[in-house]
Amino acid sequence: MTDKSSNGLIGWIDARFPLTKMFEEHLSKYYAPKNFNFWYFFGSLALLVLVLQIVTGIFLTMHYNPDGEMAFASVEYIARDVDWGWLIRYLHSTGSSAFFIVVYLHMFRGLMYGSYQKPRELIWLFGMFIFLALMAEAFMGYLLPWGQMSYWGAQVIISLFGAIPVVGDELTLWIRGDFVISGATLNRFFALHVVAVPLVLLMLVVMHIIALHEVGSNNPDGVEIKKNKDANGIPLDGIPFHPYYSVKDLVGVVVFLILFSAVVFFAPEMGGYFLEYANFIPANPFKTPEHIAPVWYFTPFYAILRAVPDKLVGVIAMFAAIAVLFVLPWIDRGKVHSIRYRASSFKWLLVMLVVSFIGLGYLGAVPTTDARIFFARLFSIGYFAFFVGIWWISKNENTKPVPERIQ
Amino acid sequence: MKKGLIIVAAALSLLPVLGWAAVGATYPNDDIDVNWDDKASMQRGARTFVNYCMGCHAVAYSRYDRVGQDLGISDEQLLENLIFTTNKQGEQTKVGQLMTINMNAEYAEQAFGIAPPDLSLIARSRGVDWLYNYLRGFYIDETRPFGMNNGVFSNVGMPHALTDLQGLQAAKKVTKTDSEGKEHEVIVGYEIVKPGSQSKSEYDQTVYDLVAFLDYVSEPYRQTRQNVGTGVIIFLFFFLILTYLLKKEYWKDIH
Repeated sequence: MTDKSSNGLIGWIDARFPLTKMFEEHLSKYYAPKNFNFWYFFGSLALLVLVLQIVTGIFLTMHYNPDGEMAFASVEYIARDVDWGWLIRYLHSTGSSAFFIVVYLHMFRGLMYGSYQKPRELIWLFGMFIFLALMAEAFMGYLLPWGQMSYWGAQVIISLFGAIPVVGDELTLWIRGDFVISGATLNRFFALHVVAVPLVLLMLVVMHIIALHEVGSNNPDGVEIKKNKDANGIPLDGIPFHPYYSVKDLVGVVVFLILFSAVVFFAPEMGGYFLEYANFIPANPFKTPEHIAPVWYFTPFYAILRAVPDKLVGVIAMFAAIAVLFVLPWIDRGKVHSIRYRASSFKWLLVMLVVSFIGLGYLGAVPTTDARIFFARLFSIGYFAFFVGIWWISKNENTKPVPERIQ
Repeated sequence: MKKGLIIVAAALSLLPVLGWAAVGATYPNDDIDVNWDDKASMQRGARTFVNYCMGCHAVAYSRYDRVGQDLGISDEQLLENLIFTTNKQGEQTKVGQLMTINMNAEYAEQAFGIAPPDLSLIARSRGVDWLYNYLRGFYIDETRPFGMNNGVFSNVGMPHALTDLQGLQAAKKVTKTDSEGKEHEVIVGYEIVKPGSQSKSEYDQTVYDLVAFLDYVSEPYRQTRQNVGTGVIIFLFFFLILTYLLKKEYWKDIH
């Protein structure tokens, strides 16, 4: 410390705050496996979208009015009368969908390469709490434009808590702060959306990254690079995150921004999936829309809810679909991380999960018919069967030999 | 994994089978594309709007001068030709003000059963095709309070505000049996029984212009959005080349 802090501003700071130490620990001397592929872009992209949402959110807050009489009009005011307001608004609305796309792909990467397995259980758990906080954040944020779908979507979701025996009704009343969704609900959702949940999210993201940097990154081969170090203690298959992955991720960032801009500037409604058409009508407590669907990123779970005939069991199934992800590190008893060396049964289970999840996503967005209910049940079973299957096959899995070092 | 991807793709391609929707029994069912460069059309639409619609419908998120700037109408022309509302003292609405109306919601509800909605965003919630068909779908129906019904929005509370222009039309209906054996009366066409001041093609143009205006007013910044977007994406493509070359330079010694 002393020899480094001898001169300059950095030296002055380093004597008082571990700036260089932190930079080295997390960037220039954090050794990441050299074989990261396409799927490893989504972690840094999630961080990018988080920052984007916070920055655009701050500017929206300057003009938005969380009042039942004013909220809808203030969103239009932002889009029409505030300088560049339309851009800030679309960046934020598209950003929420982008967040889920990026996070779902990031989670899928974790499934493929066993990034949740020992010793990375806590990284996965923090990640799952981030996912949970993100869903809460998105759900409450969606009420704020105060359109018909904001209102009735929230009405439907909050009423789900009413299915809980004994305390259900009291609980929904407590969440809404009123007997129906009202200005009181809007105000508290605003407070939670702009202050409380973002704080939790940021804290969890920091913990996620600290845990990651403690254990070290997994990679597409699923081998631990720390097992093979050179004389200086540097992993033979590791390269410093900065500059190698900072410049590589920058390419990913630009590609992402091109796709993201295509939506923001040319299809901000994304065919009614990112901004639902019914949400261009102000909230009206006396007029239920013909078809209420949550935004696309919730539809897989909503489809599971609707697939179950009993409301309470449906609610339990829906929450179980999320809860089961938390315990995945302990469900999977396998020792081999990567899909590259796992049994083919694992690959098929993962295919089944993806088909089920996308199928449920579609079915949750459209009105129900008998045929659709049938498929929703099939896909719900497929979703849960993934976890049962993983537990089953991982006991005595017929794996391929895992290489000693990265190929 | 490739096999798996093929199966995923095959399974996904089956999904649209689930998407059967009930065939809508609305008439007419034409599609239009609004030409955002045709400001003259939007100007005519604005004129029709303030003359025929704005008695009951506001576009309260929009301002007169913004419409003027975007469609090439000067403030003087706005005051002379488009601004017919006043404040309580009887002074003409100013160009910078929102395009509100003076009819109060309570009165409107008594008169029509439901307050006429604000139309600032109607083109985004309903879509331009729907509006184009709806405004050409009014037909005589003596069972309705105003003597009119609509082939697109059945039993709508709104009277036919453009009767002067279109005239009155009667619906040609046929009875059809659906797959479950139920019989439905379906509109298959209209015939003008009392001509208005415009021919059919003139009226279609008037409605097209009106819908073009409503489409404009639902997202007045759309052209700016697309122009900025083009620039942003071109910039990003150049930036991509630079970042890619940078990455390649750094990574050339990693094997």
